[in-house]
Amino acid sequence: MSAAAANPAPMAPLPTHTISVFVNNKPGVLVRVALVFSRRGFNIESLVVSPGAEGRFSRMTITCSGRNQDLEQVVKQLAKLVDVVHAIDHTADQSYEVEIALIKLECSLDARTEVLQIAEHYKARVVDFGAESLVLQAHGSSEKLDALITLLGPMRIVELVRSGKLLMARGRGVT
Amino acid sequence: MEHKTPTGGEKIIQCLEREGVDYIFGLSGGAAMPMFDALVDSKIQLVLVRHEQGATHMADGYARSTGRPGVVLVTSGPGATNTVTGLLTALMDSSPIVVLCGQTISPMLGKDAFQEADVTGITYPVVKHSYLVKDASQIPRILREAFHVATTGRPGPVLIDIPKDIGQGPCDAPFTDELDLPGYSVPGRGDAERIAETARLLSEAKRPLLYVGHGAVIADAGKAITTLAEKLRAPVVNTLLGKGAVDEHHPLHLGMLGMHGTAYANKAVAGCDLIMGIGARWDDRITGKLEEFCTDAVKIHVDIDPAEFGKIVQPDVAILGDARLVIEDLIPLIEMGDTKAWLAQCDAWRREFPLRYPKKGGLRAQHVLDRLHAITRGDAIITTDVGQHQMWAAQFCLSRSNRHWLSSGGAGTMGFGWPAAIGAQLANPGKKVWAVVGDGGFQMTLCELATAQVHRAPAKCLIINNNYLGMIRQWQELFYENRLSGSDLEGNPDFVKLAEAYGVKAWRIKRAADVDRVLQRAQDYDEGPCVVVAEVVKEDNVFPMIPAGAAVSEMIIEPPKGRLAKPTGST
Repeated sequence: MSAAAANPAPMAPLPTHTISVFVNNKPGVLVRVALVFSRRGFNIESLVVSPGAEGRFSRMTITCSGRNQDLEQVVKQLAKLVDVVHAIDHTADQSYEVEIALIKLECSLDARTEVLQIAEHYKARVVDFGAESLVLQAHGSSEKLDALITLLGPMRIVELVRSGKLLMARGRGVT
Repeated sequence: MEHKTPTGGEKIIQCLEREGVDYIFGLSGGAAMPMFDALVDSKIQLVLVRHEQGATHMADGYARSTGRPGVVLVTSGPGATNTVTGLLTALMDSSPIVVLCGQTISPMLGKDAFQEADVTGITYPVVKHSYLVKDASQIPRILREAFHVATTGRPGPVLIDIPKDIGQGPCDAPFTDELDLPGYSVPGRGDAERIAETARLLSEAKRPLLYVGHGAVIADAGKAITTLAEKLRAPVVNTLLGKGAVDEHHPLHLGMLGMHGTAYANKAVAGCDLIMGIGARWDDRITGKLEEFCTDAVKIHVDIDPAEFGKIVQPDVAILGDARLVIEDLIPLIEMGDTKAWLAQCDAWRREFPLRYPKKGGLRAQHVLDRLHAITRGDAIITTDVGQHQMWAAQFCLSRSNRHWLSSGGAGTMGFGWPAAIGAQLANPGKKVWAVVGDGGFQMTLCELATAQVHRAPAKCLIINNNYLGMIRQWQELFYENRLSGSDLEGNPDFVKLAEAYGVKAWRIKRAADVDRVLQRAQDYDEGPCVVVAEVVKEDNVFPMIPAGAAVSEMIIEPPKGRLAKPTGST
C-alpha cells in the first residue's frame, strides 16, 4: 500500500530517473508534460526536446529525482496525456546514455598545462583557445561529466552548459 | 442554389449539428460572435445563461444525465476564465463536456488584446485535452477529435479556443471522421487471465464486497454488477457518485460508504476479506486512514484509466477495461458463493446501526429529504450542491437507476446543483428533476433562475436553508471548539421573494407537518421552474462521520459527547 504523504522523507538521496517521452510535435505539449511534474512538486533536472525520426513527433528525455513509486505514477500520468504517444522510465534498463558539456575556464598560462592534462584524460576537446580563457567540449555519461567538472573545480569555471542526458534503448528496445 | 463558403463559425456550428448536439449553453461576447451568429440559422437551441459557470454546470448536468456530451459556448477573456470551475468539476468527475471559447484575433495573440486571456494555458490542468485553432481548415478534424476524446475512455472536458479571425474567415474544409490521435487509445475488454484470477479470488472469498463508483455509472455496468452480486451473494456499496448504478433498494445493497456513508456500509468495508472496486478511485473520502484501510482484504481494481492503478491503493489484481465488459466477462466464471454468515452479519449491522435523525425539535433537513425520496419514489433525477444537504440527500434519497444522481464529488463545487438540474431537465423533458441545494451554494449560481424561467424548464429547486455554511459549522463545532469563523450566512435573502422576483413559483416549509403537502405540490408543478425553501433547524450535524484521515473503524455514529481531535486527512 502506498501512502505518499504519510511516509517520512527518507534520509538517503532520492534516485534519479531518466524518462523518455514520445509526443506529438505540437504547441503546448511541453507545458502539459511539465505540469505533470510540477503538480507534484517534482523538479525536472534536465530536459532535452528534439524532433523524432518523423517530424510530426518529438522526443523528450527528462531526468528527475524521486521515489520509485512516485515516479511510476508520474509516468502513468504522462502516458495518459492525449498528446503523449508513450512514456518509459529507462532508469533500470541498460540504455545507452550520453551528455555533452561545454566548459569555459578562466585560465592563466600557469594553469593551462594542468587543465589540458585533465582534458586529455577525459577526452575533452579544446574548442576555443583565448589569451585568458579556454572552452572545453566533453561528452560521455552524465556521471563522467560530473567527475570532470569536480576535477576542474579548483580552476575558475566561468560558464557551464550541459546538454542534458540523451538516451536510447539498446537493440530492439523502444526508447 | 449558390454555394457560399461558410465562415469558420458556421463550420463549427455545422460540426456540432453533425455530432448530434441539440443544446448549447452559453453567453456571448465580442470574440464569440461568429459562432453566435451562426446559431441564428441552426436548429441547435441556445440556452442563454446568466454566468458562464452556470453554462458549464448545465452542460455537465446534461452530460451526466444522458451520457451525451454537453456543449458550452463562451467568449474570450473573462468569459472563458469563468468556465474554469466547471472544467475542474467535469474533470474530477469524468464528465464529457466540450467548451468552445472565442479568442482574440490570431495576430493579436499574446499581445494583451482586449479581453484576451491565455485560455489554453490557464486551463491545461483542468481539461482532458484542449485545442487552440490556428488554421480554419483544421476545424472539422478538431471538432471530431474533441467529441471523441471527451466521450470515450475515461470521459472528461475538452476545450477549444477559437480566435475571432478563424471564426469570421472562410472555412471550406470538408467534414471528416478521421482522427489524428496517435497517443490515444480506448481500453475495451479486460485481460482474460486477470478476469479468471479475479473469479478464483471471488470464489475463495468468505466476505466479499463490491465497491461501485462513477465508472460503473458511466459504463452502464449496473445490470452486470447486480447479476454478479446476486450470483456471488455479495453485498454492494457505492460511492457518492456511484449511486444508482446498482439499485440502492436492492437487498444486497448497503448504501454509500465513506466519510458520511452508512455505518453498515463502512462496517462491511472494515470487515470484508475481499474488496472489488469497479470504476472507483479509492478516494480519501472512501479510504480514510490508508494504513488501516482493508489491510487484510484482497483488493481488486477494475478501471478504464491505467493511471488509477496503484495511485492510492496497490491492488492484488488490476483489470484495465470497460467496467461493463469486464463484469460481463467475469459473470460466467463465477460460482455461487457461500456467504450466508457474511450477509447475516451485514444485515445485523444494518439493523443495529440504521440511519437515524431526531423527529423532534423543529424541521430537520433529513426529514425533508426522507420525504422527498418517498414522494419521488427514487425515480426523479436529483442533483445536489456540496455540503450537509448533499450528504443527507445521499443518505436518504436512494437512487434506483443510472444517471439519476448528479452531484459534484471530486471537486466539491458549490453552485453546481441548480444549473446541473436545468441542464438535466432540458435533456430529459419527461423526467422530474430536483435540485437539492444549500443556502450557501445556491447563492453562487442563483442567477440561473432566469435561465430556467425563460425556458420554462420545470426543474425544482429545494433549498435546505439553515442560514449557515452548515458543513463548515459542523467541523468548527466538532473540531475547532465551536469557534465559528466565516460560516454564518447572516444577510441571506428571503428566498421565496427572491424566486418570485424572477417570476418563479416558490413555497416555504417551516413545519414538519407541511413537508409532504408542499413537496407534492412542487412535484406536480410543471409550468416552469419552482423553488421550495425548507427553513430547517440551524444547528444540525451529519452522522455517521469518519473524520478526515481517521480509519474507517473510527467512525462516529452518534453525536459525540466530548471534544474531538483535529482531523489530519485531506481537507
